[in-house]
Amino acid sequence: MGAGHTHALYRDGRSPLHRLPPQVKLVAALSFVLLVVATPRTQLWAFGVYLVLVLAVAAVGRVPLRTLRTGLLLETPFVLFAVLLPFLSRGAQVEVLGVSVSETGLLAAFNVLAKATLGTLTSMVLASTTSIRDLLKGLERLRVPRSLLAIAGFMVRYLDVVVGEMQRMRVARAARGYDPRSLLQARAVAASAGALFVRSYERGERVYLAMVSRGWTGAMPDLGTPAATAADWARGVVLPVAGAAVCTAAWVAAR
Amino acid sequence: MHIPDGFLDAPTSVAGGVLAVAGVAYCLRRASTELDDRLAPMAGLVAAFVFAVQMLNFPVAAGTSGHLLGGVLAAVLVGPAAGALCVAVVLMVQALFADGGLTALGLNITIMGLVTAFAGYAVYRALLAVLPRREASVPLAAGLAAGVSVPVAAAAFTAFYALGATSDVPVGTVLGAMVGVHVLIGIGEGVITGLTVGAVIASRPDLVHGAALVRRPLEVRTQAPAVPAGGA
Repeated sequence: MGAGHTHALYRDGRSPLHRLPPQVKLVAALSFVLLVVATPRTQLWAFGVYLVLVLAVAAVGRVPLRTLRTGLLLETPFVLFAVLLPFLSRGAQVEVLGVSVSETGLLAAFNVLAKATLGTLTSMVLASTTSIRDLLKGLERLRVPRSLLAIAGFMVRYLDVVVGEMQRMRVARAARGYDPRSLLQARAVAASAGALFVRSYERGERVYLAMVSRGWTGAMPDLGTPAATAADWARGVVLPVAGAAVCTAAWVAAR
Repeated sequence: MHIPDGFLDAPTSVAGGVLAVAGVAYCLRRASTELDDRLAPMAGLVAAFVFAVQMLNFPVAAGTSGHLLGGVLAAVLVGPAAGALCVAVVLMVQALFADGGLTALGLNITIMGLVTAFAGYAVYRALLAVLPRREASVPLAAGLAAGVSVPVAAAAFTAFYALGATSDVPVGTVLGAMVGVHVLIGIGEGVITGLTVGAVIASRPDLVHGAALVRRPLEVRTQAPAVPAGGA
C-alpha cells in the first residue's frame, strides 16, 4: 500500500507515547478533554495545571513545541469570537484598560479560549504520536462499527489522490491563464468540482471491481490488532486520573 | 467552521455525541442496503471528494472567506443517507487531525452532517415537486437547497447554544449574527453546489442520485395497427 498513509502532523518516533496502543491513547485523550470541558470556569488555576499536564505528555512523546504552535492556528476564528464576548455579554461591567466590558463576558471569553486551546493541544499530541492507520485500528478495538472505519480507511487512502487531482486541475486552469477569484467566476471552479466527482466516483467503481475480483465480500478482514495489556492501560490512565483530580479539586474549590 | 472543545458545556457535548451515534448508525444501515458491498470503496471515495471540495474557498464579505460544507452536494449526488455518512466520516477524520474538538465531534456531525444533508435534501425534494419535471430543474433545486441548508445549520447550532451555552450572550443576538453571516456563506454554497451538480448532470446524469426523482420511466410508444379501410 505504498508509503505509510500519514498526515502532516504525525511524526514518526519511538517514544513511550508512540508505543502506547492507540485505543488507550484515544480513551485517555477523549476523557481528559471531557474533564477539561467540565471544569468550572471560575477556577483559573485548574487550566494552568491542565496546560502543564498536556505539555508534560507532549514532552514524553517528544512533540516539538513548534508543531503545537502551528496547530493552534486552527482555532483562530474562535479567538475572534472570544474577543467579542466581553462586549456582547450582559451583566456587571468592569473597567479593563479604561474600556468598560462585561465581567461574565470576560470570564466566558477565557473559558472558551482555555478549553479550546487545551482540546486542540491534546488532539495535536494524539495526532503527532499516532499514525492515522493506528488511530483507525484503535477505534476498531473500541467497537466503532467496522464498516464506518472501512469508509474512513478508503477515504484516507485516496485523499492524496483526489486532492492531487484537484490541484492538477487548478494548475491546468492557471496554465491557460485563468485564475478565478470571485464568486461570479464560480462556473469554472464548479466544472472542475463536477469533473472531480465523476472521476472520484468512477475510481470508486474501479476500486470496487478490483476488490471483487480479489475476493471481496463486503467486510474488511480482521487485521488482528493486539489488545492493550493492563500495563498499557495503567500508563494510559495517568493523564485522565490527574485530570480528574484537578477537575474534582476545582469543583470543591468552586463551592 | 468546526465547533472546538469547551464552546458548549459537557452535557450538551455528550448529548450531541449520542445524537450523532444514533444518526450515523441509521445512515450506515440505510446506505449499506443501498450500496451493499460497494459501500466501503464508493462512500470512501465520495468522502475523499467531499474533503477535497471543502478546500475550495470563496470570498464572503469584507475579506473573510467561507468554504463549502458539501452536505447538500453529497446528499444530491449520492443520496441523503450516504451523503450524511460521507460528511460524518470527513468530520471524524478531521477531528483525528486535530481540526474540530474531540468532545465537540458529535455536535459537529449532528449539525454539519445530519442536519445539513437531511434538511437540505427535504428542501431539495420539496423544490423539485413544484419545479417543472425536467433534468434542468435539478441543479437549480440543489443550489437553492444548499443555500438554505447553511443558515439552517447555523440555526441548529444556535439551538444547541441555547441548551448549553458557556457564555451569556443573548440567544437572539447569536441567532441573528450566526444566521446573518451564514446567509452570505449560503449564497456561495448554493451557487457552487448548483453549478457542480449541473456539471455532473451534463456529463454523467446517471450518477446524480437526486436526478432519479425527475427521470421519467422509458416510454414505449406502440401505434395501433392501421385497420385497412373497406375490409379485405
